[in-house]
Amino acid sequence: MAQPLSAERLKRAYRQMKTIREFEERLHVEIATGEIPGFTHLYAGQEAVAVGVCEHLDDADYIVSTHRGHGHCIAKGCDVDGMMLEIYGRADGLCKGKGGSMHIADFEKGMLGANAIVGGGPPLAVGAAIACRNRGSGKVSIAFGGDGSCNQGTVFEAMNMAVVLKVPAIFVIEDNGYSEHTGASYAVGSKDIAGRSRAFGMAAEKCDGADFFSVYETAGKLIGAARSGAGPATLEAKITRFYGHFEGDPQLYRAKDEVKQQRESMDCLKNFRARVTKEGWLTDADLDAIDAAVLAQIEAAVKKAKASAPPAESEITTDVYISY
Amino acid sequence: MAQKSFRDALNEAMHLEMERDPSVIVLGEDVSGGAGGTSGHREASGGIFGVTKGLLPKFGEHRVIDTPISESAIIGAAGGAALAGLRPVAELMFADFVGVSMDQIFNQMAKFRYMFGGKTRCPAVVRLAMGAGMNMGAQHSQTIYNFMTAVPGLKVVIPTNPYDAKGLLIQAIRDDDPVMYFEHKALYPRKGEVPAEAYTIPFGEANVLREGEDVTVVAIGRMAVFAEKALDAVAKDGISCDLIDPRTTSPLDEETILESVENTGRLVIVDESPPRCSVAHDIAAIVASKGFKSLRAPIQIVTAPHTPVPFAPSLERAYVPGPAKIEAAIRAVLK
Repeated sequence: MAQPLSAERLKRAYRQMKTIREFEERLHVEIATGEIPGFTHLYAGQEAVAVGVCEHLDDADYIVSTHRGHGHCIAKGCDVDGMMLEIYGRADGLCKGKGGSMHIADFEKGMLGANAIVGGGPPLAVGAAIACRNRGSGKVSIAFGGDGSCNQGTVFEAMNMAVVLKVPAIFVIEDNGYSEHTGASYAVGSKDIAGRSRAFGMAAEKCDGADFFSVYETAGKLIGAARSGAGPATLEAKITRFYGHFEGDPQLYRAKDEVKQQRESMDCLKNFRARVTKEGWLTDADLDAIDAAVLAQIEAAVKKAKASAPPAESEITTDVYISY
Repeated sequence: MAQKSFRDALNEAMHLEMERDPSVIVLGEDVSGGAGGTSGHREASGGIFGVTKGLLPKFGEHRVIDTPISESAIIGAAGGAALAGLRPVAELMFADFVGVSMDQIFNQMAKFRYMFGGKTRCPAVVRLAMGAGMNMGAQHSQTIYNFMTAVPGLKVVIPTNPYDAKGLLIQAIRDDDPVMYFEHKALYPRKGEVPAEAYTIPFGEANVLREGEDVTVVAIGRMAVFAEKALDAVAKDGISCDLIDPRTTSPLDEETILESVENTGRLVIVDESPPRCSVAHDIAAIVASKGFKSLRAPIQIVTAPHTPVPFAPSLERAYVPGPAKIEAAIRAVLK
């Protein structure tokens, strides 16, 4: 197979995925110390989806994300230090410590916000897609969501409206197997998310969410079509999450060795490494260097977050309104 | 100055703002109507109340967007478009339909600026037709601005006359915060003087419709129209009242109300909503806590009963606080 991306782009994609993985692995450790307030939903295991999609985007394209949003934020270019600060509830966080893990946004990067209401994002993405269409900019608007969100009426409404208005919205549904503590095989009545999306009148494709190249190629096709006026589409990615719904979730709904096995068979980083070294596109040394750089970056981000100040109490009443 | 209806004043506001600012869009069910119909008449409706008439032929389908009946998607699209730099005016048709789109209002657009650390704005307007009096039944007649007034991050506008309707809507469209704009259905035909040009009325500035000595009457929305009749009736007995139309309940012009109560010492509040957790009771609580020393009599509160809006005309007439009830409250507060 021809090399789908330049060596530089491949390195960048790997670095993005590795950054998400290490960000989440480190959060898993730090949350256990009790230093991070609130509750956190980790994206580890799903990295290839966020990166495989966002590698097609630039800052003028929009995304909306979910409660499990760290991966989408990093893939869209949000500052890692700023994210860590936000998750620690610090004044210098991306949202001044007022958002937290589930509400990270970075408007300069076209990241319109993680959303803690399941199914809350897709209608917003349709609105941003209207803006893209009206500007004739060729830009697109991506709504990330999970298998749980795809059972929400808001998602059906958003899909239908996107088709009716023929706007460049892409619904990326990451089926990680579980809606909180309930299996997707139970909760998704049709068992076929792409098929259901197709029934709304849009193109829909499935991809292997553990394989960056599968996501990248399929997303590229749909995004490219949307940019040239074909209207909305759905990308269904089959994937797993390596942690619970939230940190601290005992995961009693999962078979004993499920995650262990999936970490062997469905790890997008391992898959990526195997593929690029086998094809001769990158070397192990290339990837090892990235691994080391990422670990240092995360270590620095955590150190900075721990040492940073929380917002002053006076911040409680700021930013409710622009004028009031 | 030309006499125009409340409906035409709203329509003119949207025409002017869409002309002035290409980022203004209008979306909602039947905002033009006719799409996909068999008559070929593309603007078959112009809004179920005719408020958006003429916008589609002038501004085209990309800016005047007929949507499916999908309230969450309509309000959500407005929120998302606002985040992406547009100034959407979403029509929710009946205010009661807030029920099916509530998440997009109070969890989404209301909170964006705060949750995201002040790094964005959501300049969306949601237009909601409200109010009883047209026998439309329990799910098409409510006022519900009290729900919205309770939400930090939202601004709530309730115009009572055509002049204010236009100036407040233009302000709402230009405003950088999300605005819930309530239009009482019974007021659409109400006529008044409206200048042709664009003008704005600032939020948080009550309109003192009449000045008097004996009683302060605060009346919201259509209730201001009924209160004027009640004031005419008591004037025959030499009773004069301040009549205050708050115009916006969030922000609320507390100062004008408190100053008036300081002069009169007596307060009547009139609100078409049911009483519990109503704007009327909120205003009463504000005056009781900040202006208690001015009060010379218990505050009189005139609201609808704690019931859904009934259908039968005889019942609905009894539901809506009318001039007679307001007059009785004014006399009671003076006893």
